[in-house]
Amino acid sequence: MLFVAVFSYGQFQIAGNVANSTNEDLVGCHIHIGSKIAISDNLGNFQFSNIEVGRKRLYATFIGYKTFDTIIYVQKDQTFNLKLSKSINDLREIVIKQQVNSENSSVLEQKIKAETIEKYASQTLGDALKEIAGVSVLKTGNSIVKPIINGLSSGRVPIISNNVRLEDQQWGAEHAPNFDINAAGKITILKGASALQYGGDAIGGLVLVEPISIKKDTLFGKTIMNYNTNGQGGTISSSLHKGNFCDWSWNALGTFKYSGDRNAAEYVLSNTGNREINFSGDVKYIGKRFDITAFYSLYNAKIGILKASHIGNVNDLYQSISNQIPFIINAFTYNLQNPKQNVQHHLGKINFDYRLSDAENIIAQYAFQFNHRQEFDVRRGNLNNLAALDLELVTHSFNVDYKKNGIDWNFKSGISATYQTNFANPATGIRPLIPTYEKIDAGIYGVLSRQFENSLTVDAGLRYDFSNINASKYYIKTRWTARGYDPEFNSFIINSNGNQWFTKPSFTFHNLAASIGLHKVIENDIEIYANASLSMRNPNPSELFSDGLHHSTGVIEIGDLRLMQEKSFKAAVTFQKKWEAVSLTLNPFINRIQNFMFLRPIGFESTIRGAYPVWEYQQTTAFLTGIDFQSVWKINNNWQHTAVFALVNGHNLSENVYLIDMPPINFSNKMQFQKASWNHFSIDVKNEVVLQQKRFPNYDFNTNILVNGSLQEVVVPISQPPPAYQLWSCSAQMDFKTFKKTNMTIMLSGQNIFGIKYRDYLNRQRLFADELGRNIQLQIKINY
Amino acid sequence: MKNFKLTGFAIIALLAISSCSKKDDPAPVNEEEVITTVVATMSNAAGNVVLISKDADGNGPAAAMSTQTGNIVAGRVYIGAVKFLNELKNPADDITPEILAEGADHQLFFQANSTVGAFTYEDTDVNGKPIGLKFKFTAAVTNAMQQNLTVTLRHLPNKSAAGVSTGNIGNAAGATDAEVLFKLVVNP
Repeated sequence: MLFVAVFSYGQFQIAGNVANSTNEDLVGCHIHIGSKIAISDNLGNFQFSNIEVGRKRLYATFIGYKTFDTIIYVQKDQTFNLKLSKSINDLREIVIKQQVNSENSSVLEQKIKAETIEKYASQTLGDALKEIAGVSVLKTGNSIVKPIINGLSSGRVPIISNNVRLEDQQWGAEHAPNFDINAAGKITILKGASALQYGGDAIGGLVLVEPISIKKDTLFGKTIMNYNTNGQGGTISSSLHKGNFCDWSWNALGTFKYSGDRNAAEYVLSNTGNREINFSGDVKYIGKRFDITAFYSLYNAKIGILKASHIGNVNDLYQSISNQIPFIINAFTYNLQNPKQNVQHHLGKINFDYRLSDAENIIAQYAFQFNHRQEFDVRRGNLNNLAALDLELVTHSFNVDYKKNGIDWNFKSGISATYQTNFANPATGIRPLIPTYEKIDAGIYGVLSRQFENSLTVDAGLRYDFSNINASKYYIKTRWTARGYDPEFNSFIINSNGNQWFTKPSFTFHNLAASIGLHKVIENDIEIYANASLSMRNPNPSELFSDGLHHSTGVIEIGDLRLMQEKSFKAAVTFQKKWEAVSLTLNPFINRIQNFMFLRPIGFESTIRGAYPVWEYQQTTAFLTGIDFQSVWKINNNWQHTAVFALVNGHNLSENVYLIDMPPINFSNKMQFQKASWNHFSIDVKNEVVLQQKRFPNYDFNTNILVNGSLQEVVVPISQPPPAYQLWSCSAQMDFKTFKKTNMTIMLSGQNIFGIKYRDYLNRQRLFADELGRNIQLQIKINY
Repeated sequence: MKNFKLTGFAIIALLAISSCSKKDDPAPVNEEEVITTVVATMSNAAGNVVLISKDADGNGPAAAMSTQTGNIVAGRVYIGAVKFLNELKNPADDITPEILAEGADHQLFFQANSTVGAFTYEDTDVNGKPIGLKFKFTAAVTNAMQQNLTVTLRHLPNKSAAGVSTGNIGNAAGATDAEVLFKLVVNP
């Protein structure tokens, strides 16, 4: 394809012509020699002058064509006639790259790669995300794990899986993302609300999960098997991928998890086993100008809830805190008893991507989600087999996005519409924590990014969202009055039903979000990302309507119809400096949130079962500041050191106290040794330190408990954070060639290898039991 | 072609949305496990005493109220029985038979100062351990005003733990199904 004609002039000028295989000239093609660039003119001609003697790399790129790439030896003037051949493959790759890289140019995207994700194959999404500085996790027990980004979590950190926003978060903080980590090919964290394409309410940040996708013509499979000593269970995940650059491609993945009771350092955590059966798959057709993808996934989990967390009343809570040991410890078993959760999540979507031109495309997507959640409690007799909470959440969402890329600018805009219904089954015999409701959302956004010179990119975006929610809920009349809803919300009352009001609360919200930022590269490879964003989040149904005993924490949770939207203003800067061997990333931020909603312990309430702690949703002005730090030091070809540090300070400005549930200062050090020539052997040792949270509000309350038959007043210390702890983990792995086309990786790893006994401030069950003790994991991965 | 496909998607989406249009209003929840009322009846040849603790709004915010009818006479021995009712239902639901049927999984505890008197169990479950739906109360020998009696119903207690079968709640564990405070007077 390369025709070299030699003319001897004695000056080093390189010229030529670019054409396609049918000899049509290609106009505007980028031709590179070393660091110099030329662009082909209207006749497909290009020219370089003053090219020095020596070996040079010459390559030419043109959208829709395969990259031309060769090495030339420059010792005289030369002419090259380049012929590029068409490739749908490259067109795909470029378009994908632009999609991924332009979520927001002024915020550093932090990624977790497939190899790292595989290490967490038997854990949760939240656990894997902890790899990134400034990300910690909010837990309820050990299987319900949610990411916290810069101190914020749950509804403030939407999770976008395969371009679909997971909707189960609407139910509140104790509902982990319904997602199989094995289906993730890449995970990206965006700190802050700047990626307006996905919503204007990501006050904490965004987690973008992309599935495994192969863009070359191949068929391969992968199986990962895990065994964990803690829980005496494991995971098998198997996938098949048929990649292609045109016509048909498909992916299929199945995962099976099975685990018995986990162990803390000193005892069995009774009833903490879990099971999962997951499937996901897609079929894609890649045409000349469009792609069409159909995707379906099923997540199906049964999760045991620590038996000892099902407490009776405040008396039991006080005993549990004072004893520091769960009140039920049984022998290890695989059986799941009540309390437990059965969770199903179906996601189906159709995505249509049409390329209007090489630099312009329009994407339409329809997605359907069905979440079914059943919570079983310890109840009397046959009621044990009846769910205590039974919710069905159906979400239809429709998006159209338009993207156009210029030479030094990108523009992105789109609209979205969502219709959601939640059905709280009344047959449970328990008043549901979350009511039946229907919700309509619609949004429109635009983001423009422009590159000035090579080193400065500026972006700005705006988004508007409309939301309307109509709920149907029965309020106990005394509750309605005690909450002060009479007469303010009496217009919601439809009729009277015994001791309850049947009400139809309805709320409409209009939200604006905006983001502006820049990315500047300074000499010596210092990069600065600066971003300021305004975002607004609506109160979700659990914040508005919660009203009753939440058994997994033994707390009465009370929502508030008066809650208003949160408004956040966040400014963050990221400095990144890369030397030859060392790279440092420093990310300070401030976030001021007006009407910040949080669950605040306010005392206790008497029921026939005794007094229960009451946590109420309240609002305040919150002010968060913090800094994340990450360093990578490639000591030599074999050794590498990674350090991560994160600090968050949260203040409740309205009351002038610290904010509840803020992550304590934490840092970790990891030393890694690898040697490619020893079958890709690698070993790493990681030390993680979490200090005691000294900045917490005191929401302890007094209650009377029975001691020897008479009542005594005691303080119930629910606010006190647990002491600091330090954990060690390690892992070692090696590749083995088994057959011609098969290779196998064996990994042996240990978490909390010294079996440290500790509790985590951010675990909502920390008042009942210790965290997990030692775990040794054996993982076998086979690629074929 | 493009327009055709886009229209197709729009139609699918609209159909999907309209297919699950408004459901009927949800039915009120029939609360199965609420205990509003605990009644302790104590009889003696000299007369009956009835202690009632009632939480009229069930799981609502209002606290339970306690009443005593009849006189407890110092030094007398009473044979007692405890009943658990859900009075939010009409007619009231008596939950006591359910507790009796699952006697092995339940136990009542009576906690009071010695100025009130002493309580002993008068019934047993299938394992020969006490339940406490029937009890014997020996009133204290001296009269006393403003006394407290706490009656607790534990679900899945450890009846084999030390002292539990003689009424010591300290080691009983399990979860509390009901815990009520009776205010009472021991007359001379």
